[in-house]
Amino acid sequence: MSELSVKHLLGIKYLKEEDIQLIFETADNFKEVINRSIKKVPSLRDITIANIFFENSTRTRLSFELAEKRLSADVVNFSASQSSVKKGETLIDTVSNILSMKVDMVVMRHPNPGAGIFLSKHVEASIINAGDGAHEHPTQALLDSFSIREKLGDVAGKNVVIVGDILHSRVALSNIFALKLQGANVKVCGPRTLLPKYIESLGVGVETNLRKALNWCDVANMLRIQNERLDISYFPTTREYTQQFGVNKALLDSLDKEIVIMHPGPINRGVEITSDVADSKQSIILGQVENGVAIRMAVMYLLASKIK
Amino acid sequence: MLEPMGQKVLLSSKEINIILHRLACQLLENHLDFKNTVLIGLQPRGTYVAQRLDKILREDYGVKHVDVGFLDITFYRDDFRRGDKTLSANQTKIDFLVEDKKVVLIDDVLYTGRSIRAALTAIQSFGRPLEIELLALIDRRFSRHLPIQPNYRGRQVDAINDEKVKVMWEENDGQDVIYLIDR
Repeated sequence: MSELSVKHLLGIKYLKEEDIQLIFETADNFKEVINRSIKKVPSLRDITIANIFFENSTRTRLSFELAEKRLSADVVNFSASQSSVKKGETLIDTVSNILSMKVDMVVMRHPNPGAGIFLSKHVEASIINAGDGAHEHPTQALLDSFSIREKLGDVAGKNVVIVGDILHSRVALSNIFALKLQGANVKVCGPRTLLPKYIESLGVGVETNLRKALNWCDVANMLRIQNERLDISYFPTTREYTQQFGVNKALLDSLDKEIVIMHPGPINRGVEITSDVADSKQSIILGQVENGVAIRMAVMYLLASKIK
Repeated sequence: MLEPMGQKVLLSSKEINIILHRLACQLLENHLDFKNTVLIGLQPRGTYVAQRLDKILREDYGVKHVDVGFLDITFYRDDFRRGDKTLSANQTKIDFLVEDKKVVLIDDVLYTGRSIRAALTAIQSFGRPLEIELLALIDRRFSRHLPIQPNYRGRQVDAINDEKVKVMWEENDGQDVIYLIDR
């Protein structure tokens, strides 16, 4: 296959397995490009991309912007806090105004689930979802799987546990879709209150004992507690959460095998993982960040080639 | 050999071998020990020519070592979004610096010259070469879109636009042969 089956990247749910493989193969080539002394290619020189962020982000936004610049696209940035959104403009109006300035592609982060899907039905441009509420964060899941593939050779057949606040995490949902599509075995682990009620219907196992989960897995993807989305108290104290679901070096060393530690960031050091774990040999957290740029270049390159 | 309709053999395996040896000799004449020269095969099919020349230079002409790299020009092409298909990339593998080196770009068929234009841009990502030459196994005459000519050519061919030159290699396609095909 040499073409994506979709026009937008709204979520992993809408992708096929072959789409993921095509993105990975393209990302392999871009990873080589970004390790050259001159890290730029002219592919998207006639494409303009708007980064529209209605929610805060450091890593994702920077990663997208770098990817766009390394593809030679023209970039405009927009964040809701400094815009007319504050004056009462609707989402469609905001984006339509930006698009009438001849923008070909929109990278959007929005606090409402489904914002990207909604927008894709109303505007012409290609939409890339950079996170919509607690729904999906497809490029994060792609770079996570790409990093597993790079570290372990393959994603199929691997045991991956996602630990933490599954209920409020878009990273968890996109990762579950992506990993299942590629044939990995997935478990989620966390306090019962932070595991969605019908999560098993997605074909994932549930484990509330962290040690058991870690002993089972090849890869542990540690998620942050989404404090900004916690409307009620889901666990007694952060200290208790850390005791039950935090990974420290002693726990890691006491396991039967050497597992890979991942984290999508931002890390709350000392809460979900300790510093010595985050900085250990087993952690591929910084590799994930590097791969993020290559994955986003691949996604934008493949989507842009469908813009006529 | 029985040939399918609309397909004729341009060069046989024996002829290709003779031409490759001649090209190797011409390269030797200009580059001698290849200490400051690198061969860059263009992906996907120029890489076969580059590897063959490398083998001949080392095995038949006693050159100790030749730096050979593969360059993929997909991301530098000027027809991105202009065709129906997404352009899929191949691996770039250049494990050396081209700074101050003599670079020989190698491709199987030179047609419009647009791939070479892209390669000239792409190679700059790996440094500033001292000079760049071009070697093409097949040179399709009178079909250039750009002012680009090879320094070394295997065979010059007059082919009309409806025809396609297809170069097959033993290691990939089972035998060395070059066809002229009606599209």
